[in-house]
Amino acid sequence: MKTLKLTALLAVIGVTAPGGLTAQVTYERILNAADEPESWLTYNGTYSSQRYSRLTQITRDNVDDLQLGWMLPNQVFGAWQSNPIVFDGVMYITQRPNDVMAVDPVTGRVFWRYRHTNAENALVCCGANNRGVAVLGDKVFMGTLDAHLIALDRISGTPLWKVEVGDVNLAYSITMAPLAVKDKIMVGVGGGEFGIRGYVAAYDAETGEEAWRFYTIPGPGEPGHETWAGDDWQYGGAPIWITGSFDPALNLVYWGVGNPGPDWNAAQRPGDNLYSDAVVALDADTGELVWYFQFTPNDGYDYDSVQVPILADMDWNGEQRKLMLWANRNGYFYVLDREDGEFLSGTPFVTVNWSSGLDANGRPIPTPQPEDMPTYPGNQGGTNWYPPSFSPRTELFYFVAWEDYATIYRPEESEYVPGRAFLGGGFDVLTPVPGAPGVGIGRTNPINNWTDAVGHGVVMAMDPRTGEPRWRFDQFDVSESGMLTTATDLLFTGSRDGYLHALDARTGELLWKVNLGGQIVMAPVTYMVDGRQYVSVISGHTLVTFGLRD
Amino acid sequence: MHASKRLGVAGAALAAFSVGAPTTAAAQDIADHTYTPEAIQEGSRVYVTECALCHASTGDGVDGVDLRRGLFSNARSDDDLRRIITSGVGGSRMPAIDLRAAELDGVVAYIRAGFDPSGVAVRVGDPARGQEIFDGAGRCTRCHRVNGIGGRRFAPDLSAIGVARAPAALQRTILDPTSALQPINRPVRIVTRDGEAIRGRRLNEDTHTVQIVDSQERLRSLVKADLAEYEVRETASMPTPDLTPDQVADLIGYLLTLRGLP
Repeated sequence: MKTLKLTALLAVIGVTAPGGLTAQVTYERILNAADEPESWLTYNGTYSSQRYSRLTQITRDNVDDLQLGWMLPNQVFGAWQSNPIVFDGVMYITQRPNDVMAVDPVTGRVFWRYRHTNAENALVCCGANNRGVAVLGDKVFMGTLDAHLIALDRISGTPLWKVEVGDVNLAYSITMAPLAVKDKIMVGVGGGEFGIRGYVAAYDAETGEEAWRFYTIPGPGEPGHETWAGDDWQYGGAPIWITGSFDPALNLVYWGVGNPGPDWNAAQRPGDNLYSDAVVALDADTGELVWYFQFTPNDGYDYDSVQVPILADMDWNGEQRKLMLWANRNGYFYVLDREDGEFLSGTPFVTVNWSSGLDANGRPIPTPQPEDMPTYPGNQGGTNWYPPSFSPRTELFYFVAWEDYATIYRPEESEYVPGRAFLGGGFDVLTPVPGAPGVGIGRTNPINNWTDAVGHGVVMAMDPRTGEPRWRFDQFDVSESGMLTTATDLLFTGSRDGYLHALDARTGELLWKVNLGGQIVMAPVTYMVDGRQYVSVISGHTLVTFGLRD
Repeated sequence: MHASKRLGVAGAALAAFSVGAPTTAAAQDIADHTYTPEAIQEGSRVYVTECALCHASTGDGVDGVDLRRGLFSNARSDDDLRRIITSGVGGSRMPAIDLRAAELDGVVAYIRAGFDPSGVAVRVGDPARGQEIFDGAGRCTRCHRVNGIGGRRFAPDLSAIGVARAPAALQRTILDPTSALQPINRPVRIVTRDGEAIRGRRLNEDTHTVQIVDSQERLRSLVKADLAEYEVRETASMPTPDLTPDQVADLIGYLLTLRGLP
């Protein structure tokens, strides 16, 4: 009881720091981030990762009055996947490859920029991406392409400490935004295409000292090690490259784990390959595994399960339960009990032919396709890392799916060479005529010459209880945009063809749109400064912020 | 608005989709039977070990040369290719490469198949005769324009088609236009809410708009919400020209010379 009071008190102090004094972002503030909707304190908005804001100034009735507030162009080219963090009058945003900028959230003007120079041999599969920072206390934390974790002073941008998280020479990297929990900063490593052995690790926020490390591939003698043959576990991938979630009552952090390696030749690594393509629930203080659920055992399709775990408390068959909602890259939508990982339901949300269904425990029944035949969903998945949203008002789960999208896999034997690509073959996107452009990662052409003939995006409002979408919003191109919902039942999302859409979260009706021109490969965020609500989104090379007309 | 078709379930989509480059009977007829599928596959292996270091896996690693698309500095015929590979090119970085006869045939076949190991080798004929066919018997200029001369801009301009398409794709287009129709180029039929009927060729499209060149050669951008009907057709407007296999080979030879402005 005493603790609770203290928590509440600290939260109040944090929000109402008087006289322009800079308040610290205490753990309690992040814990209660939902009560502080004027800020955006962590990658997914809150520890439950719902990306749902209680701000109410922008409504279905006045969304038409949104106007351009400011724009901040990126000086570095390439997809801009970063997620802004906003509090106490400052926005923190990263740009490629590892710049951090402190920005005035009202004018878009930059207070300072910190630039990290990566080791020349830093290696990533899919672009020099960074998805943003974490904040805790007086510090801002960023993971780097060369697999370091850096703490910066949030006022001056001065680096305070820097630790090596992984060996860049073995192609370890960090692209995700770290997660601050209590006094620790947690971060996972990428490199699933280069034969790493994945892990998530926690560091003391003050000193950078490593507190714990959880390997996503169990070592000899550990449970689950038997799901790997021979030495495969040493370079079996299973990276963690998207920010997880935290349930403070259960003291569990949840992380989605990526694909096993080599990516496309499952036969080369017999066994279930735990904990690749799984969600792991770890004790937040020790990093010990409490439970896991594997979505795709022995995956040969690159079905990373790095999706953001959405935590929602809902009625389930007449009983209030702590749920985890998950639209997976493998094409199934799952509901799990997040206390113990029990499988509650799983339904396909796009065409799925790599499996004929899930058994009573949620294990897929594999139906591998013959050579040269297409697999649905294709390599980028039925969905991917694009952050979803859950609205406690509508009790719907919003995410973007890729429909009518398939690839033909060409598995081959791969030899592991340290620090080199370890892919196990390749794949082709299924196209209507030979040589026609297939859909790939990101947009590089102002003309959509791949067209919806090779796949297209759908915003789905999934009813977790039925596994059926309540409504759907079709897009011509595919989309890598995440979702934002608000207490006024607005859903903001983008698209690869450059639109920012505002939809009615209850019906899917299009209420407002603007063509920003560049691909949107992040989730919009919202915040409030001096009584004015803003919506920020990155399109192409420009961070764009909207507010209501005066 | 009648939205255009969507591909349905996987099974239905399969029927319409090309998987692994099927060869039509017509393509088999027209193919140069000097080369077998085995030769093309052999060539793909030889290419990787002997050629790709300089020419790259995409075939365009050397300035001014694009092997996949049939753009060479010094070669025109298959015998030219054989000679250059076995003798090298004096004064350039192209060395003489010592290959067995089957390997040599394989590499040439692989190049002629547009780097598609499962494709068919395409016979490339005489460009001069091909131009006569293009302007005459093939009736290509009725619709297509080359370097400002010929048809209407409703059809794709072919001034640089030799850069844009590999020989195998050109052959496929001539023999079965629909099978090679790029999705973005599909013909559209539109009726606006004002009742205007429009035919055109799609140039670009997004969730809310579509850009076309219409049958009057106008560039038009239309908002889908303003359309009463919008149909994207999967059948090519282009008829299959009535040509002999020799004429097709010559026509491909001519089209490959079309490389736009230097």
